[in-house]
Amino acid sequence: MKPFVLVSVVGLLMALPIQAATIAMEDQSQLVPRPAGQQAALFQPPSEKDLPDNAYGKLVRQGYALFVDTKRLAPQFVGNGLNCSNCHLDQGRLANSAPLWAAYPMYPAYRKKNDKVNTYAERLQGCFQFSMNGGTPPAADSPEITALSVYSYWLASKAPLGVEQPGRGYPDVAQPAQGYSIVRGAQVYGDQCAVCHGAQGQGQKVGDHYAMPPLWGKDSYNWGAGMHRINTAAAFIKHNMPLGKGASLSDQQAWDVAAYINSHERPQDPRLIEGSVEKTRVKFHANDGVNLYGQTVEGVLIGQGIR
Amino acid sequence: MRPLQRTLVGSALFFLLGSAHALDGSKIFTAGGAQPAAMACVACHGADGGGVAAAGFPRLAGLPAAYLRKQLEDFKRGSRDNPVMRPLAIALTDAEVQALSQTIAAMPAAAPVPVYRSEMPANAAQKLALQGAWERQIPACVSCHGPAGSGVGGTFPPLAGQPAGYLAAQLIAWQNGTRHNDVNDLMGPIAKSLTAQEAQDVAQYFASLSLEVKP
Repeated sequence: MKPFVLVSVVGLLMALPIQAATIAMEDQSQLVPRPAGQQAALFQPPSEKDLPDNAYGKLVRQGYALFVDTKRLAPQFVGNGLNCSNCHLDQGRLANSAPLWAAYPMYPAYRKKNDKVNTYAERLQGCFQFSMNGGTPPAADSPEITALSVYSYWLASKAPLGVEQPGRGYPDVAQPAQGYSIVRGAQVYGDQCAVCHGAQGQGQKVGDHYAMPPLWGKDSYNWGAGMHRINTAAAFIKHNMPLGKGASLSDQQAWDVAAYINSHERPQDPRLIEGSVEKTRVKFHANDGVNLYGQTVEGVLIGQGIR
Repeated sequence: MRPLQRTLVGSALFFLLGSAHALDGSKIFTAGGAQPAAMACVACHGADGGGVAAAGFPRLAGLPAAYLRKQLEDFKRGSRDNPVMRPLAIALTDAEVQALSQTIAAMPAAAPVPVYRSEMPANAAQKLALQGAWERQIPACVSCHGPAGSGVGGTFPPLAGQPAGYLAAQLIAWQNGTRHNDVNDLMGPIAKSLTAQEAQDVAQYFASLSLEVKP
């Protein structure tokens, strides 16, 4: 954002020296309520072709490979069928798709999720444990965490430290006034999502690996992953789905289909307390956005987990 | 459910007619359908269904039956507008389309040598194929068409090893609207976002991928 503003201002100063001050201010006031998704003012990560041919460049490439081909390259840490790039589109570069260049400069940071200050390595470990349902995550100084950290650092080259960037995470999509409907969500899913993710959310494989990720069931994210929250999934879907047609669904459709997807069973929350869904709900899910874990829908307890 | 129903209907017809004649897919492929306008596939797509690269005639062998059936239906309806295929598809009965699709899907075909996601693109065409161009909302080709353009399920056809001329012609057809038979308009906007040069280059890339015969 900053370089862009600077260039605009300099450009205006050069072209219209007398009116420059006024115009620059108008320009800035227009930038403030900028809707998500406008590309021009977003941080631009570096290009692969500029990677140096040295040890650092090599590690960045290793991180890239792990990021986009996680299941195949680190199967011991991936308990489901997913790759990092399934939820972080464009190799972790795309704004509003939890880009790494916006995440990296924000750590270390306190996280309510585990009630402590997390380093970036710990944040990555969280991804492995929950989104990848990977059991014990790779150690903070493991080759995997190191390569992914270096890849993230490189993507964030020249980004300011500790400054919230536009396009970070999945920008919130407010819950519609009439809430959400799992029944309507099923309709949206059948019309828009099943063609890639399968009628049963099972994804589609080519050979041994998923070409299109499963959205529920044993090979999807577990009940502890951020994506299990309906609000988070709605935001991801609204900004990014269907692939290549982001922002084409209404907020209502995004919420409905997110609720439908997250009303299905998936691997258990690894933080399960004493085998009790209810205890786990109270401790970890009751204040975690909008989610269905531990609730009864149509007479069925959600959150029982699936192997 | 639907394929099953179709299979059941197909089987029922098979027994009703009491003869394999009208529904012999390989006979339709080599000699054409019952109506004279339903010309033999072999003439343009080759005896093995491998297509004719020099002429831009695509490989059909091994394509999913559901995809083949849909294309024939779409040629008929005009949502895939092709002056050669249209009269031909119209001349095929539904039962013939059904039998033919099954036969062609079962013909042996080579699969692409794997190209893993971890491979970094070496040029602009590979970048488009493996990563896309998200500043224009273009996802990687392989995210729907599978690694190395292997094809995914019955909806997303293989690209690897298809003639470059055929692939480029399809991208151009999406661009000018003569082909608009994609599910939920998934392909049209992508093709329209490509430059003419990109369409040629990415077609060339998938055409150039080496194939290995399935064991």
